[in-house]
Order: sequence, then structure tokens, then C-alpha cells
Amino acid sequence: MSQEILEKVCSIVSEQLSVEAGEVKSDSNFQNDLGADSLDTVELVMALEEAFDIEIPDEAAEGIATVGDAVKFIEEKKG
Amino acid sequence: MLLNLTGKKILVTGIANNRSIAWGIAQQLSKAGAELGITYLPDDKGRFESKVRELTEPLNPSLFLPLDVQNPAQIADLFKNIKNNWGQIDGLVHCLAFAGRDELIGDYSATTSEGFDRALNISAYSLAPLCKAAKPLFSNGAGVVSLTYLGSERAIPNYNVMGVAKAALEASVRYLSAELGPEKQVRINAISAGPIRTLASSAIGGILDMIHNVEEKAPLRRTVTQTEVGNTAAFLLSDLSSGISGQTIYVDAGYCINGM
Repeated sequence: MSQEILEKVCSIVSEQLSVEAGEVKSDSNFQNDLGADSLDTVELVMALEEAFDIEIPDEAAEGIATVGDAVKFIEEKKG
Repeated sequence: MLLNLTGKKILVTGIANNRSIAWGIAQQLSKAGAELGITYLPDDKGRFESKVRELTEPLNPSLFLPLDVQNPAQIADLFKNIKNNWGQIDGLVHCLAFAGRDELIGDYSATTSEGFDRALNISAYSLAPLCKAAKPLFSNGAGVVSLTYLGSERAIPNYNVMGVAKAALEASVRYLSAELGPEKQVRINAISAGPIRTLASSAIGGILDMIHNVEEKAPLRRTVTQTEVGNTAAFLLSDLSSGISGQTIYVDAGYCINGM
């Protein structure tokens, strides 16, 4: 897992969900561990799209439940 | 400067975050010199209040108030505040719409009665009570702008009940124009914007496909930005558009002229 992408994702997640940076780990689940609701998740997806200049379609977004899932998706997109 | 909103007091509803079309509109109105009032959707977590307050602070809004259009008391409160603080209102920007995610994917015939009522109430009906409350406060030549989308007149996959709501909204714009024009030259118009990725549009199934389709086929080979919609809103709320009322103006990179 790219450390650079992981750090960037963690910082975006921390800002979007208003949680301490230290609480965001690669296996953190957005909804269960970080208290995100469905609206938070949508905003998070859009923030990631903007930060990494990628598109995350609905079907892909549904499969992204953890920080690690997001990093993996971004790595694949960025190839 | 030809387009000048200096001295105009304009209420902007519907800002959720920095991608909101309403935010693009607020910024352009402010650049043109307008004094702004901003409303936010109150929720249990206070999510929008703090976010919208922080976002809009640089524009120095002189009013910042909650507005849930399904709550008549809040509409009354809002306009009481406008009356007391502004004395009059020169512009109203209506950027409010809602439909459940389930209603924005798949078959239109699957729309529930409750889903239909809610979508039409928030997205179309709400313009009427806002205009009613604003009516005694409108200045001569005041303007109202609402946001619509091509799904009101063409069948667009997944847009479903929101297309029906936007059709009702566009009809409302015409009826309100007929009602509010004679006495004080108040003009009501709708902007039909091309698809833009926002918090609201994310609820529409396949929104990215809608955007890609426009990028491929619109005469300008792209979709539009929040700023472009904002510029048109500034025009429609300015004296430059004094002869325009009851219209749906397309800010869609030309997409709607296409036959295929």
C-alpha cells in the first residue's frame, strides 16, 4: 500500500469526518469506526475524487468501506 | 460596470458545501456587489450550519438563518428577520430539491406516493410559500431565480420523480411570474443547468454518465461550472434582464439543442 496515498487519504478522512488524525487507520471503517453517515460518505467520496483527480462511480463507492479500500481503489485508478 | 448588484439585498438558499450550485451563485452575486442573506438546512448534527457558516463567512452575509422549507414557522421567521433587518428584498435564489436515493434509480413507475409527495413538496411547491412570504417585501423590479434541469421535459434515465418535480417547478415559475409581475415588476426565472457533480446530484443514479454524455455531445463539448450558472443568476437578478420573466434559461453548454 502506497504510504503517500495512505497519508493523503487519512488526512482527507480526518478533515471530512472531523475526527482526530490519530484515530484514522488503514483498517478504519468509515461508518462503524469513524461515525460517518450516508451524507458524510458522499462528501468523502467527492473530496477523494477532487484530491486525486479521479472519478469514483456509485458501484465502486459502494465497495469502499474502509480507508484501506479507498487507498486500494485510488492505487488501481492511478496505476 | 454594466452588471451591478450594489445595494441589492439577495437571499440565497440551498448551499450545502463548496460544490453547491448555490455557492457558485452566491459568490458571483457577491462579486457583483450584492449584499447576501444565506440560509442553511438545519439538521440534528448541525452539520450544515457550521460548514455553511465557515464557507460563506468571506462573503460577509448580513443574514444567516436556518430554513427547512417544510417548516412553515421557519419560513415565517426567516421573512420576519428579513423585514426587520433589510426592510425589503431585491432577490431570492431558490436552490432546493430533494428526492430519496431509491427514487433516483430504476423505474419511474416504482415511485412511492410518499416519495412523490416529498420530492414535489420540497423541490417545486416550496417556491410558492417563499414567494408568498417575500411578496410584501419585494422591491420594485426584484428578481427570483430557481434551478431546474432538462429532465423536466425529456426522459433522462434515473432522474425520474425529480424530472416530474422540475416540470412542476418550471410551471410554478410561470404562474408566479404572472402573479408577481403586474404590481411591482417582480420577475421569476429558472436556470436549467447542465449536470454538475454536487452533493445533491450524487444521489442521482449514474450522474457521472450523465456528465460524460454531455461532455461528449454538447456543442461546447463540456458541461458547465457552478460559476457559469452563478453568472447567469447574477444577470437574471440584475436590471440587465428587466425584460425577462417566466422563462427557463439553459446554461448547459448547448446540450438541449441536440436531436441526438
